[in-house]
Amino acid sequence: MQGYETSEHHMSAMAMVRHGLKCGIPIILGYLPVAITFGVLAQQAGLSLLELTLMSVFVYAGASQFMGVNMIAASVHSIEIIVATFVLNFRHFVMSLSFMNEARHYYGLPARFGLSLLLTDEAFAVSAIHKDEMKKRHSVYFYTTIFLSAYLSWIIGSLLGGVVGEIMPERLSQSMGIALYAMFIGLLIPSVKKNIKVGYIALIAMLINLIASQFMSEGWAIVVGTVLGGLTGVHFLKERP
Amino acid sequence: MILLIILGMALVTALPRVMPAMIVDKLIFPVWVNRWLEAIPYAALGALIFPAILSVKEGEPHVGLIGGLVALFLALFRLNIIIVVIGAILTVYLLSL
Repeated sequence: MQGYETSEHHMSAMAMVRHGLKCGIPIILGYLPVAITFGVLAQQAGLSLLELTLMSVFVYAGASQFMGVNMIAASVHSIEIIVATFVLNFRHFVMSLSFMNEARHYYGLPARFGLSLLLTDEAFAVSAIHKDEMKKRHSVYFYTTIFLSAYLSWIIGSLLGGVVGEIMPERLSQSMGIALYAMFIGLLIPSVKKNIKVGYIALIAMLINLIASQFMSEGWAIVVGTVLGGLTGVHFLKERP
Repeated sequence: MILLIILGMALVTALPRVMPAMIVDKLIFPVWVNRWLEAIPYAALGALIFPAILSVKEGEPHVGLIGGLVALFLALFRLNIIIVVIGAILTVYLLSL
């Protein structure tokens, strides 16, 4: 499996960075307003600027950070906060396993470690849809740019929210709440047009997630939807190499 | 105390993320598991989109739904993903005027 396409896809490292930035723009657009809102809420919840920034640097997981500061504000026991965080973010294990199962053919442990540490729903979605880039030379620059631009926009956004407060008009930042969902749709549709069975997998996962969310927390429901939905791929993706 | 909570949250978030990177070399999967993992991105996209998109605006699920349909429509016409995202943002913005 090792080896790169050399002839037609000869992009320089710089071109790979630019390509990664282009693919990362929707994530940046989606993260900034959410991160600013996080900064504002975290401060209202009683976190200092240093604490909220450290949370974005070290935890770097949107939904669980919102949940975390809400629970801190409500004086919930720390163990309970940490367990809830684990549940909410466990889906990244499944995503990381999927991404790393491709990456192992091309990247060594250090690159894999760095990328997986910064894996979010959005960085994973963009990278997995563009997994064919892995075959190209310098592709590690492509993925690193996506992951780092997402990471930095999250940190800078939350810092901004903590320092200057809500700088965006409320209606605009609320409207931008659709950005990441629109990005997910925009990533999914081209794959569905190429292979309709990919669409079946996504629809089944949606349905399972909807049903599961009636019985369990959102975190587990997404895990169940992703794992069981993905399992249908064993059937649907059969004739591909 | 808050710093300890942050540290704990960081640990339980990082471990599931990096574990696959460390162990994936040692695992040999049968073909069907590889296909399963290959399907994960599409399943994850589905599970991430729905039903969460309905709560873009609290108490008004139609706002997220219409925004999503506009994104779907734009994506079907092979428009650039940035156009898809901006189109959906504008739609939700107009709906909340």
